[in-house]
Amino acid sequence: MTEISTAQPIDAASAPTSGQRIRAGTQVYMYVSLVIVAAIVVVPLISTALGGFKTLGELRGNPFGLPTEWQWSNYTDIIISKRYWLQMSNSLIIALLTVFLTLTFGAMAAFCFAHIRFFGANYLVNYFLIGLMFPAATAILPLYIRIRDLGLVDTYWGVVLPQVAFGMGMSIMLFRNYFRNLPSELFDAAFVDGCGYMRFFWHITLPLSRPIIATVGIISFVGSWNSYIVPLIMLNSESRYPWPLGIMIYRGEFSTEWQLVLAFITLTILPTIIAFFLAQKHIIAGLTAGAVKS
Amino acid sequence: MSANAVPAGKTLAVSRRRKRSLANSKWPVLILFLPPALLLFTVLVILPMGEAAWYSFYNWNGYGSPTQWVGWRNYQLIFRNSAFTQALINNGLIVLASLCVQVPLALWLATMISSRIKGALFFRLIFFLPYVLADVAAGMIWRFVYDGDFGLVAGISHFIGVEPPFWLADRDVAMYAILGVVVWKYFGFHMMLFIAGLQAIDKSVLEAADIDGATGFQKFRLVTLPLLGSTVRLSVFFAVVGSLQLFDMIMPLTGGGPSNSTQTMVTFLYNFGVTRMQVGFGSAVGVVLFVICVTLAFSYKRVFMRND
Repeated sequence: MTEISTAQPIDAASAPTSGQRIRAGTQVYMYVSLVIVAAIVVVPLISTALGGFKTLGELRGNPFGLPTEWQWSNYTDIIISKRYWLQMSNSLIIALLTVFLTLTFGAMAAFCFAHIRFFGANYLVNYFLIGLMFPAATAILPLYIRIRDLGLVDTYWGVVLPQVAFGMGMSIMLFRNYFRNLPSELFDAAFVDGCGYMRFFWHITLPLSRPIIATVGIISFVGSWNSYIVPLIMLNSESRYPWPLGIMIYRGEFSTEWQLVLAFITLTILPTIIAFFLAQKHIIAGLTAGAVKS
Repeated sequence: MSANAVPAGKTLAVSRRRKRSLANSKWPVLILFLPPALLLFTVLVILPMGEAAWYSFYNWNGYGSPTQWVGWRNYQLIFRNSAFTQALINNGLIVLASLCVQVPLALWLATMISSRIKGALFFRLIFFLPYVLADVAAGMIWRFVYDGDFGLVAGISHFIGVEPPFWLADRDVAMYAILGVVVWKYFGFHMMLFIAGLQAIDKSVLEAADIDGATGFQKFRLVTLPLLGSTVRLSVFFAVVGSLQLFDMIMPLTGGGPSNSTQTMVTFLYNFGVTRMQVGFGSAVGVVLFVICVTLAFSYKRVFMRND
């Protein structure tokens, strides 16, 4: 909806705004400022990870520093526990199903809007755009009742389907804009050769759409992996909880033992952090450009 | 669209045949490709929203069918509820914090990172990191940071020799503590918006300013900033939308307490509608939230972003 022309691939280092060299004094000031902000970002994260290695007593006296004695058991107990892996796999299953359906349904509908003229097409596009305007929380109670009536409460689908439905607007928008900008000579050539829409979609559109598939996939994966309110409402059994719900339960159980909670938080956000550092370019570009374009 | 454009030089017969075969393959595609998205979206987004409007006139616990019609009573109860007023104020505070803290901070960092400085990529990476973490995790981490017994704030207090404060338990301070977490988590995203905005600025304009002898600050104030108008508006727009959805982060931090001082619209909906299974009341809150969202989205786009 809010399309601006600035949503190009973002690469800070290669594009300085000014051709001038920066003076040494300015440079020192810049580094000091950047390091301070970076410290504010990183210190809570590192203290959380280190806190997980301490005893409760040490945490009280020494929340910042390295642990005097590394309590590896805080971490290993969680790693060998069933609940950690169960929550991780719950999150993964829900996220993968959400991504798959958001991509498939979104790309299919967007293809119709991008290439086929039919009665009411514009109204339908605007209809889907309504979904971009309000969060799932708005209708969460009727949504719960609907999911309950469909018999999907406390199932993965009860979480996946609402997430997909609320991601449809974003998915269709991004796919449609991308499909429309593919060179139109492709269509002319293919249709003259007797290629129908269906084959065109499979053999030409989709193979050319890797970048936008990545963008929509990243947005919906991150959204689902981190999601809290929909699973909170739809799931009852702890055995189906994804990890954000798991953290809350864990904290409720071990409220007096911060060191265990900290170890648990660290282990649950570890996959996100690893994935972020491995695929940072795609993740940053996907989340930023994607948000701007939809 | 492009399928209907007949390339020059094609004979009429060919183009007719093409059109017919296209028209024939059009309906199967529409019938196969549209319904999944349409059905899911209608059943799980549009209908629930409509039902929220309907349920909001009933007193209903969610079982059986709604029978106890109460008219506008749920809405009256909402606006009489001081916790809801507080939630509205808090949502406003989040937007204000975004305007006064987040936008300047993000812009300042973006200009530094966009300049020719070594390690820019590294800093960009670090600043964006909180944005990919789950709100729940960020909230829990900061609950530890703010903890008066074990956390970092306690550590700092001991170090400088004062009694450690319990900010999250203090109803006058808790919301400001939360605003800190919101900025911590989201400034990196806004910084990326500004980096993209800065890149889109035509470098010849800045070079012209250089030739005219403008200082760095003059260039920033007179050239860069006016050209970033659309990015600032976009950034504020995201802050508004984000504030209306803020829930996940509040739950681990305060859950809306102490004594409702940190409620947002969605935590209010959850605490007063969902946990008590007051479907009618909760739906009414949802409708109010919906109206606010839609009004803001439309008017903001009309008024502030019409040229973007």
